Amino acid sequence: MNAVFYILAALTLAGGLATVLLKHLVHCALAVTVAFAGLALLFLQLDAQFAGFAQILVYIGAVAILIVFAILLTRGSELPKGGVFSSTWLVGLAIAAGVFAVLGWAVLQSVRAVPQQNAVPVVTVHDIGNALMGRYVLPLEIVALLLTAATIGAVIVAMHEKERQP
Amino acid sequence: MTPLATPLAGYLLVAALLFAIGLAGALTRRNAIMVLIGIELMLNAANLNLIAFWRFGPHPEALTGMMFAIFSIAVAAAEAAVGLGLVIAIYRHTNTTELDKINRMKG
Repeated sequence: MNAVFYILAALTLAGGLATVLLKHLVHCALAVTVAFAGLALLFLQLDAQFAGFAQILVYIGAVAILIVFAILLTRGSELPKGGVFSSTWLVGLAIAAGVFAVLGWAVLQSVRAVPQQNAVPVVTVHDIGNALMGRYVLPLEIVALLLTAATIGAVIVAMHEKERQP
Repeated sequence: MTPLATPLAGYLLVAALLFAIGLAGALTRRNAIMVLIGIELMLNAANLNLIAFWRFGPHPEALTGMMFAIFSIAVAAAEAAVGLGLVIAIYRHTNTTELDKINRMKG
């Protein structure tokens, strides 16, 4: 555990907390971008360079932009009258706290059993490309099909304009 | 042994906390877009777990955890596109994205 890990973890968690707590949706979108960036840096810290840069490209480059577009298209930047939290927020908070308690307990209980491989793995993009075209080629094709179907589906779902009754 | 003596436990705790934050966001906010953002945070926490286990596991050269995380990122991107498309379609229909006002299935 070094200082870099603590700084990146604090950045990521602060971004996540700000996402949940801020009132304006645009601020939430910016805060979630900070959380995504912190996670990408954590991936780099874990010597997973390819996953880290894929995270930056996909999440900061695409998902954050999609979220901002959705906010602007739905006039989400206006504050609702009844507050931003639902009336059952206490139940949701209790469920989230319970889930964290169980997960944290499980991690702390198994701290002796977790693997501790400290040698830095040497994995190049060449290896990842070979694995994607070899052992993982079927999942790769399925993901390609899924992405095509999801893109077409999203366009069709969002494109349909209903005739408005006067 | 102190809990944070092993690096993997630290990453797992951060991922668990991020998952709980995302779950709290998805369960307590009224706006549909915020629910989707909470789900994205939860997916990202799971990715952090996968990468951390890949890094500190016994066979990182097998690339299993890394591949799982990459496919998970791709599926999450597809989910975000479809989810936000649905939110926009619902907004066109009902003129709101607040979930407690969307309370009927008939248009």
